[in-house]
Amino acid sequence: MPKRYVTILGKAVRAAMKLRGGGSALPGLVVERIDPNFIKATLATLPRGVVIISGTNGKTTTTKMVVELLESQGLKVFTNRTGSNFTRGVAAALLGEINFAGKLDADIAVLELDEAHAVHFVRTIPPRYSLILNVMRDQLDRFGEIDTTAELLRAITTATSDAVVLNREDGRIAALQNTLISQRVSFFGLSDELLPTFPSDDQLHGGNSRLVTAKADVILKNFKNKTATFYMDGRDVTTDLKLNGIYNVYNAAAALALVRVILGKDIDQTKLLARLAHITPAFGRGETFIVDGKPLELVLVKNPSGFRLGLQSFDPTHYATMIAINDNYADGRDMSWLWDVSFESLRDTGVEQVSGIRAYDMALRLQYDEVPLSDVTTNLSKGFKQFMIDNPKKPKRIYCTYTAMLKIRRQIGKIIDVESIG
Amino acid sequence: MSRQIVTILQLYPRDMNIYGDYGNALVLLRRLQWYGYDARLIAYNPGDVFPSDVDIIIGGGGQDSGQDKIQADLLSIGPRLKKLADEDVPMLMICGLYQLFGKFFETSAGEVLEGIGLLNVETYGKSERLIGNIILESEEFGLIYGYENHSGQTYLGKLVKPLGQVRMGAGNNSTDNFEGARYRNVIGSYLHGSLLPKNPQIADFLIETAVTKKYGSFSDDVIDDSFAFRARKAAAKRPR
Repeated sequence: MPKRYVTILGKAVRAAMKLRGGGSALPGLVVERIDPNFIKATLATLPRGVVIISGTNGKTTTTKMVVELLESQGLKVFTNRTGSNFTRGVAAALLGEINFAGKLDADIAVLELDEAHAVHFVRTIPPRYSLILNVMRDQLDRFGEIDTTAELLRAITTATSDAVVLNREDGRIAALQNTLISQRVSFFGLSDELLPTFPSDDQLHGGNSRLVTAKADVILKNFKNKTATFYMDGRDVTTDLKLNGIYNVYNAAAALALVRVILGKDIDQTKLLARLAHITPAFGRGETFIVDGKPLELVLVKNPSGFRLGLQSFDPTHYATMIAINDNYADGRDMSWLWDVSFESLRDTGVEQVSGIRAYDMALRLQYDEVPLSDVTTNLSKGFKQFMIDNPKKPKRIYCTYTAMLKIRRQIGKIIDVESIG
Repeated sequence: MSRQIVTILQLYPRDMNIYGDYGNALVLLRRLQWYGYDARLIAYNPGDVFPSDVDIIIGGGGQDSGQDKIQADLLSIGPRLKKLADEDVPMLMICGLYQLFGKFFETSAGEVLEGIGLLNVETYGKSERLIGNIILESEEFGLIYGYENHSGQTYLGKLVKPLGQVRMGAGNNSTDNFEGARYRNVIGSYLHGSLLPKNPQIADFLIETAVTKKYGSFSDDVIDDSFAFRARKAAAKRPR
């Protein structure tokens, strides 16, 4: 079928899906079936090529940051904004952006890809740049062991043509540089002072600390009261941020390092930092809503490291805390990870509400850390309502797994106007 | 009266501690405290001096790289562990250490990793990974709920009793429907989850055996296991 017809067909499916609401990847699937070369042909026309962002934690927020930072430099950026980060999601996103002649009006594509899908994607479309954030015990029931996941990520870096940006502080990621021969490699990292606040799964059980001592292009030196200091080009750069949680700020260091590699000497630092100061977190990644005059924060937790960082980043004092744990496919079926997180920091304030499909696994976990809790229910809608009713005067914070987050966001949407999840 | 001391030894927490196996250590520690004992958790890593006075020994799973790191050390303390097992010290070995408590682990590439042979079982690396929720039925412990994630497939030697029969999931291997292995007071199993939080009957077996052996009698305190009971009910309804 000629590309023009494939495009029109895909756009029609997309429009039809929008009318009935939801289903971000299906039109992409339809197009992919009819013309497997659709994505490749369309992306090949971009003058600055394709950028891939992968890793287990923080892809969505980092991708959002990279897109906005590149836009601050005057580039037109195509991205898979919906968070539907599989190949089909990319095709679906393309359909929304191209004109009926099949031309994509953009300079560069920045794509967030799940590590397993990225491996297939790069075989067809080798990226010009890639950024690998981390590899943590996330979704291990899908991919097997953590070392296997690291190998999937290696395939992305070796398929990259120009430059690869790596996390210096994640041993498995930093080691990916060893197999890169022709590509430029650049690192983002943490100051020695901040390093202990990001314990890796290995370090938590007494494993090695930093293995790679390579010079990092961007170092996150400090973060206090929403002000961050980055070390770049031999000097400190301090800026205010709208991001919550130190792991989001570390993702900002990753985004800066990538954008610096893409633009090289052409970068406009003033515009870059001005934009950085205004970037807000992606949905569910430390988002704050105002409900009845009180802040309500959603913190997405997907794996032990992310949960630990969340608990460390946000002081529970004066806050009402809820935890919502689901075990649907997208969350990971394995509940073991809750036992790799310490909840002792919640012992003084307690937890007001525990909910989700695996609410009692979470309640059991809290019992063994001797954290008091007020209410448990597997019915998430009920649990959320109860949490709001029970704590009218307090700011609130909910730690939630991915599908629990989507459900809670819909509940919040019934109270206030929340941007469409897409 | 000073409280009675009970010591839990965790083998190789640095390299063999994955998928929440730390939860087993925590559950033993807390339950012992709640029963009124002075519970102590100590770690044993490669090269450490093996402690002289231990009441319960536990160990977990790891990456293949973790197994390589600890294997030589494990072989060196093997005779010691066997002696303790024959003295009826309770032990719980999960996944990677369950495999190495057996006779050997033969990888899919044909490499043979020697185990300590405390359990008469053999393990073969396969390309298929056995992953998902798992439920067992055991004569000793009733229903057991957990999560398995392994590519090694284990076969029991003659006369070796399994921990249980698989009701849902794979267990030791993809053919014989057995899960885990038993020898005196030693339990080997593939179940993460962590195993002990949702299966307090197994935690109490380890604790009661250790305490009775050491002090002749056991506390009659009762722990509220209603969250564990509800978590088991939820687990029973989940897909593989």
